[in-house]
Amino acid sequence: MRELALDDIEALAVGAWILGTGGGGSSYLGLLNMRRLYAEGHRVELMSPLDLGDEDWVAVVSNMGAPLIGQERLADSRNIARAVEIQEALLGEKFRAVMSLEIGGGNGIQPLMAAAHLGLPVADADTMGRAYPEAQMTSVAVGDLRPYPCVLYDPRGIEAVVTKVPSWKWMERVSRKICVEMGSIASTCKAPRTGHEVKEWGIHFTVTKAIGIGHRVREAQRRHDDPIAAILDEGKGKLLFRGKVVDVARRATEGYLRGRAAIDGLDEDRGSRLEIAFQNEWVVAWRDGVPLAMSPDLICVLDTVSGEAFGTETIGYGRRVSVVALPAPPVFLTHKGLEHVGPRAFGYDLDFRSVFDGSA
Amino acid sequence: MRRIGIDVGGTNTDAVLLEDGHVVHAVKTPTTPDVTAGIVTALAELAGHPDVARAAIDGVVIGTTHFVNAVVQRRDLARVAAVRIGLPASASLPPFCDWPEELAHSVRGEVFMLEGGHDYDGRPIVPFDEAGMRRAARRICASGIRSVAVAAIFSPLDPDCEERARAILAEEVPEAAVTLSRDLGRIGLLERENAALLNAALVDLARATVAGFTRAIAASGIAAPLYLTQNDGTVMAADSAAALPVMSFASGATNSMRGAAFLSGLADAMVIDVGGTSTDVGQLRRGFPREANSVVEVGGVRTLFRMPDLLSIALGGGSVVERHPLAVGPKSVGYRLTREALVFGGDILTATDAAVAAGVAEIGNTRAVAGLPRDLARAVLEETRAKIEDAVDRMKTEAGDLPLIAVGGAAFLVPYRVAGISQVIRVPHGDCANAVGAAIAQVSGETDQVYRDLPRSEAIALAEAQANERAVAAGADRASLATVDVEDMPLAYLPGNALRVRVRVAGEMAAPAQDQPETSPATL
Repeated sequence: MRELALDDIEALAVGAWILGTGGGGSSYLGLLNMRRLYAEGHRVELMSPLDLGDEDWVAVVSNMGAPLIGQERLADSRNIARAVEIQEALLGEKFRAVMSLEIGGGNGIQPLMAAAHLGLPVADADTMGRAYPEAQMTSVAVGDLRPYPCVLYDPRGIEAVVTKVPSWKWMERVSRKICVEMGSIASTCKAPRTGHEVKEWGIHFTVTKAIGIGHRVREAQRRHDDPIAAILDEGKGKLLFRGKVVDVARRATEGYLRGRAAIDGLDEDRGSRLEIAFQNEWVVAWRDGVPLAMSPDLICVLDTVSGEAFGTETIGYGRRVSVVALPAPPVFLTHKGLEHVGPRAFGYDLDFRSVFDGSA
Repeated sequence: MRRIGIDVGGTNTDAVLLEDGHVVHAVKTPTTPDVTAGIVTALAELAGHPDVARAAIDGVVIGTTHFVNAVVQRRDLARVAAVRIGLPASASLPPFCDWPEELAHSVRGEVFMLEGGHDYDGRPIVPFDEAGMRRAARRICASGIRSVAVAAIFSPLDPDCEERARAILAEEVPEAAVTLSRDLGRIGLLERENAALLNAALVDLARATVAGFTRAIAASGIAAPLYLTQNDGTVMAADSAAALPVMSFASGATNSMRGAAFLSGLADAMVIDVGGTSTDVGQLRRGFPREANSVVEVGGVRTLFRMPDLLSIALGGGSVVERHPLAVGPKSVGYRLTREALVFGGDILTATDAAVAAGVAEIGNTRAVAGLPRDLARAVLEETRAKIEDAVDRMKTEAGDLPLIAVGGAAFLVPYRVAGISQVIRVPHGDCANAVGAAIAQVSGETDQVYRDLPRSEAIALAEAQANERAVAAGADRASLATVDVEDMPLAYLPGNALRVRVRVAGEMAAPAQDQPETSPATL
């Protein structure tokens, strides 16, 4: 158990955005909330998932909805705390800790906001190790853990619970409908997890990983070192490509932002082109038409100079980018894991091959 | 059409008279601490030219960095009352929450947060708390604060709450200046609200400055309407500009790029503006600077202004040359160039001296650099070429070669061949490109909205119609309107094929008598 310094949370915002692999929404509003909470004297402790008792209960939280709506409605730390309180009342048991559904993007900070209000520690784990667009794309879904009940909260005083569904995909469909009625944004507390489940199926130490990456990027920026090299070192990643964005095509289908970005090579990659398909997050990258990297490996498109991530919503023509792969959480590399988040889960008829295979 | 364009820069105030597409006369005078005195001097010099006095002037257009400098230097800022409409959403992040504390301290007066605002689909979040608004207005009245910024959630989609707030303020505090965030565009509540707060902090200064400009023009014997240029290279009538000073934050750089487009006759090109201390590089698309796509910080405050996407590097005619090891800039002698450079009898080796020694420029006393080693002069020019090539390549987003228009007082530092550039173009009056850009400025209109269940082409057509209405309301001639920029973004996780469309149109200034706005069926 250790208390997080505000500087750790500043680093978490940077690292979570990088682990967002293009999606997950900006962490800026969550960071603003944490700055205010820390200024008011709140503090948040980070606890190892391995220190959870098997019978402990852990609240799994996320903000659900379209990032654009969040830019208008803003993030309010009390909403996510309220969602946890509702879930706790349903459960009839006290939560031992709060953890993130997805470490990538703005949801990397949501559990800290709840924890600050509720006086609970944050468990150093999540269920994606990155960001993914759908409810069944989690380690707990791969583990076939119970998908219900799910609490959705809207600050107008709308409190909704999906009490039972037959599968994670049904949870995605039904909770999404409620979220849309709430204005396409909702604070959610997912099905409670036991300490045993978190130890067995959670993706561990991802908060520490995001903070570590964030610290290294910020340090490199301060020293005018190469932040990309720092990310590769800290995240044990691999540089895939350096270049300049020459085209971005976006379309919305079935509620997702899909499209492709084309990047023309610079430096050693001059003369080559990288194309990356996205569904909210970066999914598959082809180099000159040949598949190079794909989910569940993390594909991160970073500003070559600052090291900060570009989102699929915000990337534009002319940006100088370094495309980096980070290793996928092992739970997604199993046969069952790949069924949930491999290239075929996104509609690409490709056999998964990790960029980290044979690289040793 | 005879129009005077004036650019009030940090060092120089430039003025040009433009007649039917030709620069008749151009003057350069030092900028004065009291901005208007420099304008009076420039206008007097301009008026002394026989061709200028010959016929009436149709308009005077001024571009100034005065307002953005006030924010950056934290001076002449008014205390502001902030009204946020959107509770119960957004409550934990009140107005000013991400401002630098010392700036917030000098601007933040009263802060009110009220129930209201809209969802993305136009439904109210909750009914607007009009009684609360009236109580807030009365407290503002009692507090003595006379500048108010109002921001409601999703006001770019439905401005109703903000407009009701303005009506109530008009009843309770009739003398208050009210800035509505919807007038500053774009989705993103904090950034839009920040723009409104900055604007409210500047309205006193803007009124005084515009009044000063008006007096300066009257004192010069010119009877013509006054316009101010905006960040996007278009103009606003002076009285509107006095109410929306944040819209002219970045007009200097924009005017220079627009002037380059006009003087060269090119609509798609790279532009490099080499001044005394710094060099700006940007890209022209359809005659307008490509805009920055991201959040812009002004004086430490995050905003979403329409700003040109520029790369500024510390290189200019006054850049100081270090010999061991060889370095050009970032230090510059700046406005002291005409005293401190070798060719002006000083003792500091500058980029200008190297250019004169290498024979690419003839400035000042060329014999003063006769003793400079040729190799050194060439090495300096090679170093400036490397910096310029790197900056141009960073800003160029097309794979093919483009022309590069070189303007600014030290444009001679731009080499004749640049990698990725088809041709380097130099133009007469390029050193006054910014004032030319002011003189040719058009009138624009913009809209940024979310459309649902419409084919993309229909959504864009609706947005264009609304942008056209806004341009006409701002003084554009309807027949001359053309679409400058269209950006559409499908919204993930929103039902019904939600599409966010941003459209900007621009056209010529309408002659005042012909301005008859039609009612629009397209207003949503």
